[in-house]
Amino acid sequence: MPSRNSKSVYFFYIRFSSMGKIFHDFGEYLILLGRMFSKPEKPRMYWKETFRQMHDIGIGSLTVIAIVATFIGAVTAVQFSYQLRGIGLVPMWWVGAIVRKSLILEMAPTLTALLLAGKVGSNIASELGSMRTSEQIDAYEIMGVNTSSYLIAPKILASIVVIPMLVVISVFLGIIGGWAAGVLGHFYSTAEYVRGVQDYMKNWDLVVMLIKALLFSFAIASVSCFKGYTVKGGALEIGKASTQAVVLSSIVVIIINFFVAFLLLD
Amino acid sequence: MIEVIDIHKQFGEQKVLKGISSVFEDGKCNLVIGKSGSGKTVLIKTMVGLVEPDSGDVKYDGRSFTQMNKKDRTILRREIGMLFQGSALFDSMTVEENIRFPLDMFSDMTEAEKLEQVNFCLARVNMPNTNKKFPDELSGGMKKRVGIARAIVQNPKYLFCDEPNSGLDPKTSIVIDELIKEITIEYNMTTLINTHDMNSVMGIGDNVLFLHEGLKYWEGDSKEIMNITDGELFDFIFASDFLKNLRKNARV
Repeated sequence: MPSRNSKSVYFFYIRFSSMGKIFHDFGEYLILLGRMFSKPEKPRMYWKETFRQMHDIGIGSLTVIAIVATFIGAVTAVQFSYQLRGIGLVPMWWVGAIVRKSLILEMAPTLTALLLAGKVGSNIASELGSMRTSEQIDAYEIMGVNTSSYLIAPKILASIVVIPMLVVISVFLGIIGGWAAGVLGHFYSTAEYVRGVQDYMKNWDLVVMLIKALLFSFAIASVSCFKGYTVKGGALEIGKASTQAVVLSSIVVIIINFFVAFLLLD
Repeated sequence: MIEVIDIHKQFGEQKVLKGISSVFEDGKCNLVIGKSGSGKTVLIKTMVGLVEPDSGDVKYDGRSFTQMNKKDRTILRREIGMLFQGSALFDSMTVEENIRFPLDMFSDMTEAEKLEQVNFCLARVNMPNTNKKFPDELSGGMKKRVGIARAIVQNPKYLFCDEPNSGLDPKTSIVIDELIKEITIEYNMTTLINTHDMNSVMGIGDNVLFLHEGLKYWEGDSKEIMNITDGELFDFIFASDFLKNLRKNARV
């Protein structure tokens, strides 16, 4: 049976080796991103790949984003209508303002990002992982292609362009969802809801939303690319990398969300 | 001509290559054989720069690959074609796009010239009219042929083939071997093939290098190899009783 002393040594060994791995992985992540910023061999090929990725990420995610955003808007409207009715002193047009504000500042960027961390993140990690294990990345390298640039930069660029667009779309659909739920449930009239959506609008809220969307999209794409690109092994490791990409990019999104709110909404 | 000079490679505590030296000449099929884990794949990957050697050098017609900077390596790699064990065709691209990719990326050819070159290569590997097919619509042998077409599309000076016959039936293996041999002579390339297949050794082995536990154990041509009577190479070649008896009967 190990002594108390050897147990504590083992505890510290585990603690420090896992900390060391985190720093090692973070260093590798930064090196990979650094290698990405090199002069493209043929810019036209990079643009072509970027547009393909935009299509895959944007069109491929539109349906799920539309469904989720509409129902998130609807449920937010129903919840607040229920609460405000209970109080009785607050005019119901406030619901429109609350739905708009919560969608712009929190629901649309964060929920869209978390949803896309699952869908796009796992897709990117498994695509790059299977390319690594089937030697397709080696094939690019042999041809003289800078794979860390050609395979990663278009995915990050496409995400940075397309994900904020999806966030804006989800705000619009969420507001429509809120209107439909409230009007169908006889909580408020269309005129009341529209007044609430228009009143007390701050442009800064939109800026914060777009900053969040940009940071989230970079985090999701870059973390997923890193996890997929550095896969070693076979099918099992691709599955692990895909899961790790989703979990890690979701955690990063939540952490960024806090810091953006903390720094920009003071 | 490719020269490999005293290549050493170690992964952790395990020494995989222990000072391999050899010369691979133009217009010849150079075969690297050996048991699994003998270091064949690591040797090929070291030669093309996918793995960095711990020490030693690889010279392509006198140009030291290990001492080159990244830019020069990229330029040299355009003279290299490689056929991978699993073909490594790009899943999201058609056959035509796969073969055309190096031309799109590195050449200034017009679209018509590129298409002409792609069709020429496809015809050369007996795969005409398959331009619009995707890799998952092809058999293993067809994928290998497309892999060869992609490897030769830029008229390389050096061709590397990693287990070109793995997963193929004996008849298709012979077809692929003959294709590699013909292309090697036609383009006067330095071809290096990593294989387990004794049919390939006997059929196309102009120069055969046998690796054992990371060391160069034997080097010669396919005729000399039949005169081996004992040792690790004998055990490797005549692994089955069937082959041993066949050799015995042939000698009698």
